[in-house]
Amino acid sequence: MIELKNVSKKFGKLQVLNNINTRFGEGECIALLGPNGCGKTTMIKSILGMVLPDGGEILFDNAPVKKDWQYRKEIGYMPQIGRYPENMTISHIISMMKDIRKENGEKPDEELVNKFGLNEMMNKKMRTLSGGTTQKVSAALAFMFRPRVLILDEPTAGLDPVSSLKLKEKIIKEKEKGKLILITSHILSELDDLVSKVVYMNEGRFLFEKPLEDLREETGEQKLEHAIAKIMNQQSAQYIKLQKHIA
Amino acid sequence: MKKLLKYVIADIIQNKIVLIYTALLLIISFSVFNLENNASKGIASLLNLVLLIVPLICIIFSTIYIYNSSEFIELLVSQPLKRKTIWLSLFLGLATSLSIAFLAGVGIPVLIYHADPTGVILIISGLFLTIAFVSIAMFAAGLTRDKAKGIGIAIALWLFFAVIFDAIVLFLLFQFQEYPLEDAMVVMSFLNPIDLSRIQILLQMDISALMGYTGAVFREFFGSTLGIALSFTGLLIWIVTPLFLSLKTFRKKDL
Repeated sequence: MIELKNVSKKFGKLQVLNNINTRFGEGECIALLGPNGCGKTTMIKSILGMVLPDGGEILFDNAPVKKDWQYRKEIGYMPQIGRYPENMTISHIISMMKDIRKENGEKPDEELVNKFGLNEMMNKKMRTLSGGTTQKVSAALAFMFRPRVLILDEPTAGLDPVSSLKLKEKIIKEKEKGKLILITSHILSELDDLVSKVVYMNEGRFLFEKPLEDLREETGEQKLEHAIAKIMNQQSAQYIKLQKHIA
Repeated sequence: MKKLLKYVIADIIQNKIVLIYTALLLIISFSVFNLENNASKGIASLLNLVLLIVPLICIIFSTIYIYNSSEFIELLVSQPLKRKTIWLSLFLGLATSLSIAFLAGVGIPVLIYHADPTGVILIISGLFLTIAFVSIAMFAAGLTRDKAKGIGIAIALWLFFAVIFDAIVLFLLFQFQEYPLEDAMVVMSFLNPIDLSRIQILLQMDISALMGYTGAVFREFFGSTLGIALSFTGLLIWIVTPLFLSLKTFRKKDL
């Protein structure tokens, strides 16, 4: 569904994405992991066409996304930090998005709007909302137009445990409908029952890309958190060995 | 495009600065016409308002608006919309609301007190200047990510067109006074939208006689129908070019 071919991006001298090749298919739920500044958000933004890669190609349904914009109808995006026009109210934002994205006849999915209780604060201006409430608006908008692909950048950061759980339930529900879901998160424990594949990035490269089952088998750990930690330790041990070898 | 334009205009109108700008123009225009017994003198006083204050407010307001809309732009770029549509909607939104403000603030009083060709040319030139400076502001805002720098560039551009350009022209005139520069001056005036408007309005006001031989050349060129058409084409180029350049930068911008 989404394919990246030799995608590279530099910001000034910093190589943010370094020759990335991968393929994400329907029904997958992918966890995009890695330390801060490893290029996760840049990769996501490249897929959305917000950042334009210097080299390589991104394909959506086998068609290059460069100069195309229609493909974004199929994507629901929840940004890490949702930034909205300050003077607009929640209801303005929602009705504007409906205006822009409305597909003929299909009723928008307002499940999250109701579940998060956004109905009661429709007339609040975006400027007055707390970080968590802004996140709720972002989440509700990402799911509203029944997209085939969901890209969630740190979806639960800033959400309270109750809302976080509601969002997770919604993600699972959509996953079961066979949608492609891309999640970045630092809270590994909450990804355990969601994810089917793990991608670990560092300094603009994919260190590994494995189905969760394989990862569990290899490391003998059930929890994603422990499995990742184990692999990281192994790799750094290898790295130290290699360094010694060179020396 | 239409859908977006609606939201941009609604947002600009909520921003009370455009309303204050309209009121300010109205107050100045009415008081100018009421202070002078002679409506022609009123037009002459309005000339400076149209040539200096209108471009200044248009360029600064538009630049700040573009920077303040960065969140809005970011939100829209991740949606199924063309970047061109987003950028042109912003431009049209700014141009429409500032033009309406100008028409209400200067157009109405001029039509009430001085509804003749001079008044009409003043209004049309003012409209062209409004839109040209919105376009120049979009260009300035595309040059840098830093808001303070962007506003600085916008003010510098205004200063260049309003003051420095004329200083350069005067300097050249004095340096090369032995040479016949009249035709060169006509060409020079196309390099500055404010000058183009000023010449159009002054020629309509019949005070070009005061400008000596150069005035006669100007009269001959700009006074003809072809000249008028050419100078408005010049203003149109001043609207299209900066907008086109800014659109090119925006299409390649990382958000």
